[in-house]
Amino acid sequence: MLDTLRPLIDKHARLPVKADTLAAGQDLYAAGLTSFAAVQLMLALEEAFDIEFPERMLNRRSFATMESIAACIQELRPQALAS
Amino acid sequence: MSSLVARAQLVAAVAAQYSDHVDKEGRFPSEAVRAMKEARLLSAYIPREFGGEGADLAEIAEVVSVISQACASAGMTYAMHQIKVSSVISHGDKAEWHQEFMRRISSEQLLVASATTEGGIGGNLRNSICAVERLGDRFSLVKDGTVISYGRDADAILITARSAPDAPASDQVMAVLTKDQYKLELTGVWDAMGMRGTCSDNFKFSAEGDVAQILPNDFGEIAAKSMLAICHILWSAVWYGIASSAVSRAQSFVRAEARRNPGQTPPGALRVAEAANMLQLMRSNTIAGLSRFATAKVNDDDLGSVGFIVAMNNIKIGASRMVVDIINHALLITGINGYRNNTPYSVGRHMRDALSAQIMISNDRIFGNVANLLLMHRLDPSLAA
Ligand SMILES: Cc1cc2nc3c(=O)[nH]c(=O)nc-3n(C[C@H](O)[C@H](O)[C@H](O)COP(=O)(O)OP(=O)(O)OC[C@H]3O[C@@H](n4cnc5c(N)ncnc54)[C@H](O)[C@@H]3O)c2cc1C
Repeated sequence: MLDTLRPLIDKHARLPVKADTLAAGQDLYAAGLTSFAAVQLMLALEEAFDIEFPERMLNRRSFATMESIAACIQELRPQALAS
Repeated sequence: MSSLVARAQLVAAVAAQYSDHVDKEGRFPSEAVRAMKEARLLSAYIPREFGGEGADLAEIAEVVSVISQACASAGMTYAMHQIKVSSVISHGDKAEWHQEFMRRISSEQLLVASATTEGGIGGNLRNSICAVERLGDRFSLVKDGTVISYGRDADAILITARSAPDAPASDQVMAVLTKDQYKLELTGVWDAMGMRGTCSDNFKFSAEGDVAQILPNDFGEIAAKSMLAICHILWSAVWYGIASSAVSRAQSFVRAEARRNPGQTPPGALRVAEAANMLQLMRSNTIAGLSRFATAKVNDDDLGSVGFIVAMNNIKIGASRMVVDIINHALLITGINGYRNNTPYSVGRHMRDALSAQIMISNDRIFGNVANLLLMHRLDPSLAA
């Protein structure tokens, strides 16, 4: 299901590396994710999956890894990453 | 030992004697800092198990404010020291090297300085150009164009750098280096409008140390979970101290007039009331920051939340704007006596010191960050703390 996520990360997270070189549980902040880019990524994910992240998900931990991002999306729209 | 506030007042009395000289000469407030060391104030925030007093942030903020009422440069020096110490307390409490360092701060009353900014990056402290180069258990580091307040008088420096030469700009670590381990090459002398005693010179910093001296958490975590909040709260306490002192001078001025002309309310009295109102807002702002931090500190998710960052940034912006407005009121009240530098009602130094608040990490830069966060975060309209 990370296959759906990776292109969005490539496009919006402004990382110096490609998302397919990153493991699901790898720390995105250490990979170069800034707080500015994290917000831009959140907005893009909301648009792509037609979801709205509730306030309780707006913290560092939710966006720390692809795995944690996927878990948030999964919770909000169980079918979104089904592929 | 007497209470922290009582000791802060002793330090303030020393600081007050020299504050005009410190300002005029642009020199380090060495008498006040010596008094802080004698009063063991430099280790007040450190947990008891490492030789300190385990004070909480509200108590430290009060010490900062009391000293800043007498000399803002001395108060800012104390605040910056505690901001650095707080990173060691919060993120080094499980690391043997840092535990020992805290014991040394306590027993030797070491003064700790900060080198987060860097030439070519400015106040965007979540980015570094320089990097830690590891070789076995040792590392070396060279940072150019960094501003280090009281760099020449510090006993240790906390410095940020990328975690490795091939790491991205935002993948940073923070290391503690002691005076015997670094070399400071002066590249720019601090001759500034205000805060002249912080001696915030520019340096090229080069050092070698043990890898164990690098704090275990990455700097992004340190900045988000303790440094940003503590920094903005303690800076606000400095500025509140400056504002209080200016209002107190304005109030004395009006009281002296009222005594000379009994039965008549002096024209400045209304403005004193207005200034007192603004001062109360400023005080509430800082106290709200302290209580918000106290709540978040015990809840990791809250501490890492967007709402918390927005709140802490707003504490800084609010305090840095209000302080200038308040001192301007004091100036309008005291008139020519406040404008002159050699009267009991002078507020020139206050104003010059306070103007640093809005550029000490540019408010525009902070507004830019908050603007981005507000694309996601919905403001909480609740009055509940
Ligand atoms: C009294 C004092 C003591 C200091 N002590 C230390 C210290 O001990 N250690 C240390 O490391 N640093 C220290 N500093 C430096 C401080 O941390 C900042 O680097 C410095 O204030 C510059 O801030 P800045 O980069 O935000 O603005 P500048 O680099 O001065 O930027 C210039 C202007 O550009 C604009 N600007 C820049 N970026 C943005 C943006 N993203 N969005 C909108 N506008 C922008 C703003 O209008 C800003 O005023 C000290 C500063 C002061 C005033």
